Amino acid sequence: MSNKEKHWEKTKGNMFLTLALWFFFGYIIFMFGESLNSASFLGYPLAYYMCAQGSIVAFVIILFWSANRQEKIDEECGFAERGEDD
Amino acid sequence: MFKGKFIDNLPKIYGTYTGGFLVFIILMAIAEQAGMTAKTIGILFVAFTVCIYAFIGWMSRTVQVDAYYVAGRSVPTVFNGMATAADWMSGASFVAMAGGIYFGGYTYMAFLIGWTGGYILVSSLLAPYLRKFGCYTVPDFIGTRYGGNLARFCAVVVLTLASFTYVTAQINATGTIAARALSIPFELGVWVGLVSILLCSMLGGMRAVTWTQVAQYIVLIIAYLLPIFWISNKGGYGFFPHLMLGEEVARLGELEAQFGLVKNAAADVKAAGVPGGLKSISLPHSEVPAGGMAAWKFISLVICMMVGTASLPHILMRYFTTPSVKAARKSVAWSLFFIALLYTSAPMLATLSKLSLMDPNLATGIIGKDISAVMSIDWVQAWTAQKQAFIADFNGDGVLQLNEWFMRGDVVVLSTPEVAGLPYVISGLVAAGGMAAAMSTADGLILAIANALSHDVYYKIIDPKADVRKRLLVARGLLIVIGAAGAYIASMRITSILGAVAWAFDFAMSGLFFPLVLGVWWKRATRQGAIAGMITGLASGTAYLIYVYPKFMGNPAWLGIDHLRFGIIGASVCLVVMVVVSLMTPAPDSSTQKMIDEVRIPTGKTILGKQH
Repeated sequence: MSNKEKHWEKTKGNMFLTLALWFFFGYIIFMFGESLNSASFLGYPLAYYMCAQGSIVAFVIILFWSANRQEKIDEECGFAERGEDD
Repeated sequence: MFKGKFIDNLPKIYGTYTGGFLVFIILMAIAEQAGMTAKTIGILFVAFTVCIYAFIGWMSRTVQVDAYYVAGRSVPTVFNGMATAADWMSGASFVAMAGGIYFGGYTYMAFLIGWTGGYILVSSLLAPYLRKFGCYTVPDFIGTRYGGNLARFCAVVVLTLASFTYVTAQINATGTIAARALSIPFELGVWVGLVSILLCSMLGGMRAVTWTQVAQYIVLIIAYLLPIFWISNKGGYGFFPHLMLGEEVARLGELEAQFGLVKNAAADVKAAGVPGGLKSISLPHSEVPAGGMAAWKFISLVICMMVGTASLPHILMRYFTTPSVKAARKSVAWSLFFIALLYTSAPMLATLSKLSLMDPNLATGIIGKDISAVMSIDWVQAWTAQKQAFIADFNGDGVLQLNEWFMRGDVVVLSTPEVAGLPYVISGLVAAGGMAAAMSTADGLILAIANALSHDVYYKIIDPKADVRKRLLVARGLLIVIGAAGAYIASMRITSILGAVAWAFDFAMSGLFFPLVLGVWWKRATRQGAIAGMITGLASGTAYLIYVYPKFMGNPAWLGIDHLRFGIIGASVCLVVMVVVSLMTPAPDSSTQKMIDEVRIPTGKTILGKQH
């Protein structure tokens, strides 16, 4: 397997993992909103809280985490950009 | 003070700017104490901020194609994140979102999830690859990946339709705010708003829009957060409202039970003469509606908004401006961080303003009080005079019931400082923030359309030999034409702010999502497949919208897919048609395959040259 193929396999893996987390916080928990709401967090009903803050914060964390993970993959396979850093 | 390159000085420049803006707020507060009228303060706030944006726009003027279309690809991640956040948070987010939660509660909050989660799709499926491609516009990618002018042209059509639907709502919002702050008629306010918008983008294109958007983000986030923290602290609800409003949310549930959530019959509302667009509270704040259908309606709206986010060209093109592929990815994360600061605050604002109106134990409460007493409150008089609020005594008992108080959604944010008894300087600040939010989005959208028309239609299809001067002239001319068309439609007041905004997402996802994603992720996708997908996706989505929208054919929604969710139909059709047609046509040639391989790795040259 060439380096490019290896890189793409890993990139795909990262994409699927990221989207799995996204699916959990964006969809799965709201499928059970009704029963979730009987629990509470910081005094808020849980489904309401996830909607107002929880999932949104989770999305931000997932984005940074996934970007770092992808940077490591690029590095590993020798496709990391040099000299044009931000 | 600012030696060296502009880019290196950004933190200093915007730090000074933020400090200057805070000093301006304090000066206004002092002036208010010294007796300056509310009207003057409102005018000064809007005029001062708009002048700053215009100044930035003028300073960023350029005659280079690269700077005009993609800000020279030199915008650092964090600043691009701020600019994207301002680009993203429209008049609807700033002015109407808390209002939506105020009236719709949990059900409406599907928008919050949809408008944030979409960024994960942007980051993992699109942004880094489009950056590597090196395109100027979104149709540029479609045109080069699939080849041929027809594919490019179809993408331009979808882009124009989606962005134009969105931009009228933004110009509408600038008009509303300008009209109120400057005390001029709405129709005139729309044109004042347009001129302010064009001042930012005309001379410098993407470069000017980028740096004004950063400035606008700073104004809008201060304007949004300051009142929330102030009210929360003043009312003793907790010094950090986001973590401390659990009791207030519970209290709202009690009050809803006490007053009763009554949905007024449409005939009663009409008979009482309630002005159009005004609503009363009839949905619970935090309670999740029961049943599978309710859950599906929530989730289907989330799907549309998320997928729509990842297909909206004015957002995608912001990631063309970063210095590297890595930076594009990080920049998406920063964008959502800056967006989240406002989005997680909107439910808190809705909670506080709802409580201050509904709780009869509070001095500000109006529900359950005598209508005559309520009618003598200053802000009630001001807003009812502008037909933004209305009282209809349905049961004739002289007491204001929950279902008898009508308000326009936008008023929630604009009036909260007044309702909570904050000094007028805060209301002026909020007006400036709303103006910043609507202007920044309108700028991004108008630029997206004008760039697609000038680069993809004029330069790539009509006159590929045009020189730089002519290209930029056409680009600027189109900015004016599109802005004027948007303002003209906005001045006719056709749709309420939110209906139109959701439609833009649905149009974009119907026609663009799968051609973009499969263009990167599926080598087998062919030109014929993409063209067929874009055309059938957009056509079926639009047909379904006409079929289901009450003001058009008004047929019952299929599986709960109403006019806010028509993108589900469009995008599904687009996907199926694109896959089937792609498999029926010969696979893309080896040079296209190689190009896709190149797009998938961050290193190496961009696919399209620096100047193209």
